[in-house]
Amino acid sequence: MIAMDSANKKRPEFINVRVKRQDAPGKQPYWQLFKIEYEPELNVISVLQRIAALAENVDGKKVAPVSWDCGCLEEVCGSCTMQINGRVRQSCSALVDRLLEDNADELVLEPMSKFPVVRDLIVDRKRLFRGLERVKAWVPVDSYYNMGSGERQLRATQEQNYPLSQCMSCGCCLDACPQYTKIELTQESGETDEQFAARQDREFDQAFVGAHALSQAMLFNNHPTGKALAGERLDALTSPGGVQGCGNAQNCVAVCPKEIPLTTSIARAGRATTIHTIKKWFDR
Amino acid sequence: MSKHRVVVIGGGLAGLSSTMKLTELGVEVDLISLTPVKRSHSVCAQGGINSCNDQTRQLGDDEWKHFDDTVYGGDFLNHQPPVKEMAFWAPKVIELMDRLGVPFNRTGEGFIDRRRFGGTLYKRTAFAGATTGQQLLYALDEQVRRRESEGLVRKFEFWDFLGLIQDETGRCRGAVAQDMVSMEIRSFPADAVVVATGGCGLVYGRSTMSVFCTGSAASRCFQAGAKYGNAEFIQVHPTAIPGSDKLRLMSESARGEGGRVWVPRKPHDHRAPRDIPASERYYFLEERYPEYGNLVPRDIATREIFDICVNDGLSVDDQQMCVYLDLTHIPKAELDRKLGGILEIYEKFQGVDPRIEPMRIFPAVHYSMGGLWADYVKSADGGLEAGAPRNHMTNIEGLYAIGECDYHYHGANRLGANSLLSCIFTGLFTGSSILNYVENQSSGHAELESSVVADAVNQQQKRHDDLLTGNPGSDENPYLIHQELGDIMTRAATVVRRNDQLTDAIGKVSDLHERAMKVSLSDTGSWSNQNVIFAKSLQDMFPIAKSILAGALARDECRGAHYKPNFEKPSLTEQDPAARRRQAEEWCDAFEANNEKYLKSTIAQWDSASMQPQLSYEQVDTSLEPPRPRLYGLVGADIIEQVWKERAAAKKAAPAMASN
Repeated sequence: MIAMDSANKKRPEFINVRVKRQDAPGKQPYWQLFKIEYEPELNVISVLQRIAALAENVDGKKVAPVSWDCGCLEEVCGSCTMQINGRVRQSCSALVDRLLEDNADELVLEPMSKFPVVRDLIVDRKRLFRGLERVKAWVPVDSYYNMGSGERQLRATQEQNYPLSQCMSCGCCLDACPQYTKIELTQESGETDEQFAARQDREFDQAFVGAHALSQAMLFNNHPTGKALAGERLDALTSPGGVQGCGNAQNCVAVCPKEIPLTTSIARAGRATTIHTIKKWFDR
Repeated sequence: MSKHRVVVIGGGLAGLSSTMKLTELGVEVDLISLTPVKRSHSVCAQGGINSCNDQTRQLGDDEWKHFDDTVYGGDFLNHQPPVKEMAFWAPKVIELMDRLGVPFNRTGEGFIDRRRFGGTLYKRTAFAGATTGQQLLYALDEQVRRRESEGLVRKFEFWDFLGLIQDETGRCRGAVAQDMVSMEIRSFPADAVVVATGGCGLVYGRSTMSVFCTGSAASRCFQAGAKYGNAEFIQVHPTAIPGSDKLRLMSESARGEGGRVWVPRKPHDHRAPRDIPASERYYFLEERYPEYGNLVPRDIATREIFDICVNDGLSVDDQQMCVYLDLTHIPKAELDRKLGGILEIYEKFQGVDPRIEPMRIFPAVHYSMGGLWADYVKSADGGLEAGAPRNHMTNIEGLYAIGECDYHYHGANRLGANSLLSCIFTGLFTGSSILNYVENQSSGHAELESSVVADAVNQQQKRHDDLLTGNPGSDENPYLIHQELGDIMTRAATVVRRNDQLTDAIGKVSDLHERAMKVSLSDTGSWSNQNVIFAKSLQDMFPIAKSILAGALARDECRGAHYKPNFEKPSLTEQDPAARRRQAEEWCDAFEANNEKYLKSTIAQWDSASMQPQLSYEQVDTSLEPPRPRLYGLVGADIIEQVWKERAAAKKAAPAMASN
């Protein structure tokens, strides 16, 4: 019904789009205003496509097209995360008609705030994937040969695991998290790519791992074979930057576009690490 | 000799399963992808993955029936030995994915649940919610991350594959790729290269595919001399949600649950749909196909919707071709119960509640059955010879093609839930073939002459630099050229194909190709320049686009997704039984004569001098199951089928006389 109403409302002839731009890492960000013709049923991706084709700002001055990242445009790949009117979300499912209802004057597009800007709206989310490696988010199978089927699983287990497995590594939960703070390093002269990557990983591994990785750890600890690494995952979650880094702000679950029960996972992780620590203490 | 190293290009289901298997066999892999592999287009697959299973077996199903459904659905243009091998691997593939942690839906007792898909009588399809592709991809992504943490895989994400490194004998010795952030161009020497880069939907402007499915990687191999097979076979799905950025799939179940398709009878009727009375609505599927109504088969629905918009000019919207798919007559509670998930997708992206207002839908390009030509070695039992180095090797030695960008498995039309299978199967199956190939080479990646590498890199660096600086006076905008290309291709080479329109399109696309080679870039910088990356992929769309058009023009028949109304097989018209029988005999003669001429793979080779593809034809291996006519909806199908069966029986009875 929302849309019927909005379709009948008087719509502007043009849409103002304010974009926070940055030419490269370490460069000063600046704002640029674009104006595109209003069309019904636009989303933020199609607005950016029109800006790319136009390649001029509101004053008619030629400017480099805005850079942004996108993939499936169906909200399953996790590429196109950015801040839209101050809220972190996927730009493919951000519908312009809805956004104009909140702010009729302009759309404001900014890059995610917790990851280093590569250019304009593109950020470097390497740290997010490093988090998955930290918690060993995989099933440690022996081989990829044909060994028959996996263990039978209760429907209830599948229904508990599937929502967690829908995490598309978009990073919304991290951007909204007060405890997940930005780490931006620069490659030093004389440092090879490999050395730089290793130094980055060391920094990442000390900092808060984030809701997405905590949730993945719980997913794999709940898998019949994935369990084999449960202890190692819990070790990772009890070390610096683990589950105790969570400040319980609950922003993660509020912004997750897939409505993954992240705070439930964090609570499970909290309980599991406590038991794990006590057990280890007794085993000493 | 140092450790074996293979470059895999593309990190979807095929590329990741290949990487995973190769590392298990002790091969080091450099994995190159335009996007973080976890974001590859495989995530978009919803429905599921097919295999015969314990349940269907007890109802009479087996691997041979899965094979038969696949080749019948593909109108017999599939190569049968690889399809056979795939069907026999299918149950094992699903078991492996289960072990890797894919959360397949479960039965009450804890077995993998199955559902039924088009083109088969059996419940073969395993699924994980409505995001099976995503779940399969994640399981493979996790294994590759595991191997990466062990140092066996180096990932190069946000790297664009630009071209092959070929030595003086033509053998592929690695790849050249570009960092899309720093714009650095560098070489990746290897003992073999695997291309697993998916489909080419972006040639049509908008499709159901992700933004990086440009076909440019396959095109770069094609332009380097690789053969391209069956380009003209492009699957178009009847119901997608048109968007100005992308066409999103709307499941067939909307029609299955009673959805009605209509347009206003009056062209350019701007009234809201609910204000248009029933007498002024054209329920064209119901009127034209009184028997099947809105549930006509997929290809017919696609053709009719296309026809009503393009040729009858009755599109609901002037700007964007579409028809109504109307569910508003069905009670809300019923819709929520049966179609909740897919209606939410519509609501999320269109901002319109389809329970209140009819959905706007239009067919959309969905899958490329064709792709890079690749070889295989047939085994004694009619499948593939495991470990034979030539399995999936293109005509460029050392270059392999797997997944959607190969051409064997789906013939003229792909069955639902077979694509995920073919991608994972080819990735796994080719591991030992690639290993055996590299083990037989006397000279590996470490022995490659530096001049060969330097030449390959310099060639790509020159192309890059020329694009940035080469066309100062030009006003050609790559994004606008892409829109024009998509428009031409969508009009001429999707659902309905006419030779005059194809000829016209070939001329227009050739002109556009020349313009695309002179694009002017609005960004000439050397940091994260998306403009130049896009310009290159746009230029490389043209060889594929031209091959699609040329292949379609030359193929004067209807087969699977390739439909030319001027060459449609006629229905029977005679009423007298003897005359009707005679007509059915003639029909079968014509069918056999047509197969003699057209049951062949179209093979394109790129001619860089003329900037046009050169076509030739290759016999299809139909040794396991002889081709038979698809007769759905044809008047006189029963008698034709009878005649055909008699002929097939006669042929079987006299094998000595048959040609070998």
